[in-house]
Amino acid sequence: MKTTLNFGLIFLLCITMAFAQEQQPANPLGLKKIPATELKTLDGKTFNTAAIANQGKPVIISFWATWCKPCINELTTIADVYEDWQEETGVKLIAISIDDSKTSANVSPLVNGKNWDYEVYLDINSDFKRAMNVNLIPHTFVINGNNEIVWQHTSFSQGSELELINIVRKIAKGETLDAH
Amino acid sequence: MRYKIIFVLTFIVVGIFSFNQARSQGFEKFLRNSQISGNFQFDGMYYNKDSMIGAPDVPQKVLMNAFANINYTNGPFSAGFRFENYLYALQGYDARYKGIGIPYRFVSFEKDKFTITVGNSYDQFGSGLVYRTWQDPSLGFDNSLDGINVKVNPWKGITLKGIWGKQRYYFDLGPGVVRGADAEFSINDIFTKLNDKALRVSIGGSFVSKYQEADDPVYKLPKNVAAYGGRASVSYKNFLFNGEYAHKINDPSTINNRIYKPGNASLLQMTYAKKGMGFYLAAIRTDNMSYKSDRNAEGIDLNINYIPSLAKQTTYSLPAIYTYGTQPNGEFGMQAQGIYTFKKKTKMGGKYGTNLSLTYSRYNAIDKKQIDENTPIDSTGTLGYKSDFFKIGKNAYYENFNFEFSKKFSKTFKLIVDYFYIQYNATVIEGHAMPNIHSHTVVVDMTFNINDKHSIRSELQHMYTKQGDGSWAFGMVEYTIAPKWFFSVSDMYNYGNSIAQKRLHYYNVATAFAVGSTRIALSYGRQRAGILCVGGVCRYVPAANGLMLSISSSF
Repeated sequence: MKTTLNFGLIFLLCITMAFAQEQQPANPLGLKKIPATELKTLDGKTFNTAAIANQGKPVIISFWATWCKPCINELTTIADVYEDWQEETGVKLIAISIDDSKTSANVSPLVNGKNWDYEVYLDINSDFKRAMNVNLIPHTFVINGNNEIVWQHTSFSQGSELELINIVRKIAKGETLDAH
Repeated sequence: MRYKIIFVLTFIVVGIFSFNQARSQGFEKFLRNSQISGNFQFDGMYYNKDSMIGAPDVPQKVLMNAFANINYTNGPFSAGFRFENYLYALQGYDARYKGIGIPYRFVSFEKDKFTITVGNSYDQFGSGLVYRTWQDPSLGFDNSLDGINVKVNPWKGITLKGIWGKQRYYFDLGPGVVRGADAEFSINDIFTKLNDKALRVSIGGSFVSKYQEADDPVYKLPKNVAAYGGRASVSYKNFLFNGEYAHKINDPSTINNRIYKPGNASLLQMTYAKKGMGFYLAAIRTDNMSYKSDRNAEGIDLNINYIPSLAKQTTYSLPAIYTYGTQPNGEFGMQAQGIYTFKKKTKMGGKYGTNLSLTYSRYNAIDKKQIDENTPIDSTGTLGYKSDFFKIGKNAYYENFNFEFSKKFSKTFKLIVDYFYIQYNATVIEGHAMPNIHSHTVVVDMTFNINDKHSIRSELQHMYTKQGDGSWAFGMVEYTIAPKWFFSVSDMYNYGNSIAQKRLHYYNVATAFAVGSTRIALSYGRQRAGILCVGGVCRYVPAANGLMLSISSSF
């Protein structure tokens, strides 16, 4: 009984998936939009991810946490060149902290203490992390002017930021990316 | 069982509903709005027997954990499920994770100001002192609520939530029913006049009740156990203040040795932050606040609430040997932290700026006194103990002082230096009698950029201690070719162990390849037995020796 139901469910989802495959002609690139989820700002206001926008210019979304060393490395490395990136491409970086209530109050002191100029939001209940299918952090996305996800990468190593800015440059110029 | 039927029925109804809607609006639009996404993770390990480090012979030779999430969204409608596979679960995960199944699936839709989710949900009330369901695959932790979750915003600034269901228990559900409601009022959003005021206030309150049948032959046990809490958050310019208090009625359980004392928890947090500096101060006091949907559950099973740990969490291997684990029956903890950046182009800051951070955290027992002369503390069937709220217990559980210096010296060289002093009460935290650990650790973390793509990072760590396993040394070299390749070699050496045969090397060789959102990692080596903690929840990881393959991907 239980398995039958589970299979029934999978079957239904497969059908919907099959329909979703059909979408290809309507949206040839199959690009995904950012899902709408509620986040909190550092001073406690509610922010909906549907409102993520940068006047048609690219946006970098980076998932991180105060306890994640490579994440802090990535954001610190980018912070050094962020002004240049913004001048050149108009890009905006949105840092999504997945710290839970254990460490979320540490986010604002850390962001300020490190002098980061990013837009920072708290995803305390990991809703946005789940909606964006993030497994491991750091996980970085590049969003084009239509709020579509055009590129993503997991993990950070010194030098990865150069690939990131190259992608952003292409998007800012309105070029499409080759399959990655 | 009944839940599943209701779930599938709802799914079909909602499905038909959206189909009809689609037909009227045009099928093409429906398809265009359809979006499928998901992720996948696989961890498999080949085990060698290694009696030196205490790694047992694994009869299956290879073990694996794998899961895949598949999500479908179409405008206000979303649905998803997680397929999990443990044939058999990796060492260190609970053996009840066994087999294949779909322990997580949900359907959700938003209409007017309502968001309704049926099936499994993750949510929290405030910081979680009375209710939090969450998941962490690396811990093997998942206490999702299978039932209904309703959220409504009747007015700008007001959020009401309701939950009702049973909790996930491995591939089954726990015996207790959990019901709860939460209200949050963001004062500045409710009153238009206050929208742009510098002083921002929000308040909230929650109520949760669990029901579990009781047929104990000796004790009259409460079938319904309520917990409730209130919270307030105030921010003014650079200051932020959070306060939360929760209370639980008497709830005799295996964890608290079946005492009838009510429980409570208080959490206070304060931050001050402005460009270039940040301060954080927090305190927590919990007293008999373990709250589970099965009074007989142990360990991390079936937690309804969440007690955040204020102990500093580190990812450096040696100081992480002694990580604090939350004590469910009571603790008094605090943390203070300051972060400061010396600006670029100043004497202290140099060309790129210099960052300093200082953290102190400490945990003690709460004060416990006998209820009367003849009854020992924590006696089953009694009120357990008396506790003075403002008195801190004498028994120290944990203490951590950390200083970090981090600086980029040039385009090619970056340096991080850390010092940790850790005092660790193993008797309480690990549950076996041994002397308190006092340890001093120094970490030197250096990154050299050879060119734009190639870089070398090295970590040197040394921990000095006379207790426990004695002193340790650790060395690691990492070579990366950005953005795809990663290679590392490390060794953790317990040279200071008082027993000569236990002066062992824990070597590890690893490589990883990352492209797009896919990452494949392969490592070979020894893993030390220890406690792995994430977010205040810990699990024991046994010693292991072998080859590990991990694949993670999302689409």
